[in-house]
Amino acid sequence: MLVEKKITKPAPLAGGEARKAFRWLAVLAAFRAWLFLAILLAAFELWARVAYGGTFVFNPLNVKSIALFTVTPLLLALGQTFVIISGGIDLSVGFTMGLSAVVTAHVYNWAAQSGNSGLSLVVAVAAGLGIAVVPGLINGLLIADLRVPPFIGTLGMYGVARGVAFLLAKGTTVPVQGGLMGAIGNGETLGFPNLVLLTIAIILVMHYLLSHTRYGQHIYAIGGNVNAALRAGINVRNATIALYILSALSAGCAGIFYTAKFSAGAAQAGEPVLLDSIAAVVIGGASLFGGSGTIIGTIIGALIVAVIQYGLVFVNVEPFWQFVAVGVVIIISVLVDQIQKGARK
Amino acid sequence: MNISNKDPLLDLEHISKRFGGLQALKDVALTLYPGEVLALAGDNGAGKSTLIKTISGVHKPDTGTIKYCGQVIHLETPHQARDAGIETIYQDLAIADNLDVGGNVFLGREIVKRICGLPFVDRRRMRQEALETLQDLDIHIHHPENPLRSLSGGQRQSVAIGRAIHWKARVLIMDEPTAALGVPEQRKVMEIIERLKKSGVGVIFISHNLNDIFQVSDRILVLRRGEKVGERLISETNHDEVVRMMVAG
Repeated sequence: MLVEKKITKPAPLAGGEARKAFRWLAVLAAFRAWLFLAILLAAFELWARVAYGGTFVFNPLNVKSIALFTVTPLLLALGQTFVIISGGIDLSVGFTMGLSAVVTAHVYNWAAQSGNSGLSLVVAVAAGLGIAVVPGLINGLLIADLRVPPFIGTLGMYGVARGVAFLLAKGTTVPVQGGLMGAIGNGETLGFPNLVLLTIAIILVMHYLLSHTRYGQHIYAIGGNVNAALRAGINVRNATIALYILSALSAGCAGIFYTAKFSAGAAQAGEPVLLDSIAAVVIGGASLFGGSGTIIGTIIGALIVAVIQYGLVFVNVEPFWQFVAVGVVIIISVLVDQIQKGARK
Repeated sequence: MNISNKDPLLDLEHISKRFGGLQALKDVALTLYPGEVLALAGDNGAGKSTLIKTISGVHKPDTGTIKYCGQVIHLETPHQARDAGIETIYQDLAIADNLDVGGNVFLGREIVKRICGLPFVDRRRMRQEALETLQDLDIHIHHPENPLRSLSGGQRQSVAIGRAIHWKARVLIMDEPTAALGVPEQRKVMEIIERLKKSGVGVIFISHNLNDIFQVSDRILVLRRGEKVGERLISETNHDEVVRMMVAG
């Protein structure tokens, strides 16, 4: 982290000991998510061995369940990662997901009347993604053009998407008729749940976008110093709008997956997952101040949240402790981030 | 140094600029030669920043002409100025300190390589090319893969200068480049300016620090209330005279 100056002697204020300690702290902070996941898994494994004489981690059923458990919060978190790196936040993703789930179910039912379930699926997925673009685009325009703070703009959209989703669903859930949607949503390919495989494909796309394209590089720059990005000729407005559309699209995927998995669309599908998704991003090492974060970190963060939730059920703790545990982990993560930021100054 | 036998890089004539009731610049002329450091001096509100913003495309002058490399140019935006080779280093640096050296030098102009037809940002090449430019300026960065926030203020300043040079800036405008730096770092920036001078870049240098001005500049132009009140070769003037021009004309 630290650089010795060649021009002069090393600055006297930072002593060697302090530097070493700081470097260790930085390494520890960088890998805190991995470390924490490992400790969690080890703890549950130990519990399983002692209490049940079984295994937690090496039971394929558990692994599969955790993977499926991770899918929804992770999908919301993937788009959220981009937004948080840019220094924004998207609170509307939960109900964008619900809106998308409801529209997907409706459109699938409507299209299935044609009798071609393959075509209905394609149309329904397109509709689910298409409807998600609307709140994303509005968020983007509000934030990029009208300078509405992301927290407020997306909180407003949270309400709007929620209301519209419930209206479209007439206050109830929309069951899906016809089997293909449910078959894909609950089916497996080569022993892996389809939804997990699809999520992995989305992860690869998002990772590529964030870490290997110029667009991703620009998102980091915007989060690091928006003036630098502007002076470098980056079109910050368009990049920002694209961010919120991307976030909404990843929520839209989560909505479609929900409808496929439960053979029904529900407006409240994403409500309990919003906080988990932000938790995943923050636990994964992204800074709420913007400028840092990775897709891999977010995946680890989402796994941590899922392992806590699934694991607590596994060891028979009252399910409400999940909320407490996830909340505490979020706060600790943000504290670590702040301490790190302070240490750099 | 004999500078009169070269063609000027920049030649401003009769530049005036008015903001409402305020005459910010009045019939100002400025000439900058390649390999020359021109200091702009003047009290707060004398018109220094309006003048450099006119050169860097932020403001359009009401009257007057700007010649760049012998041709009259009309700059509409800072981007046009930058594309033409007129770069400004601001006090707040315009550096994304969460990116590495390569990411900053190539910000907005990233190098991309193709793998299976897909574009990938080529970080290694950007870093290498950025370091080569910096090395030419005798700037050495020890851990170039780290984000810039781990560097000192002076080194970040050098990266900002390096970026300008990498993109072939011929006129470099530096607004208080040493204001936020410690003494050794100020000295380093002064060294870099000397080096830029040798490579034929024209530097316009704004500073409150007369010692810095006398150390690196070839000429000094003094503004007061939007007017040019004096222009001297550094070798033919002294602190007292400059101060007198700044406050009393």
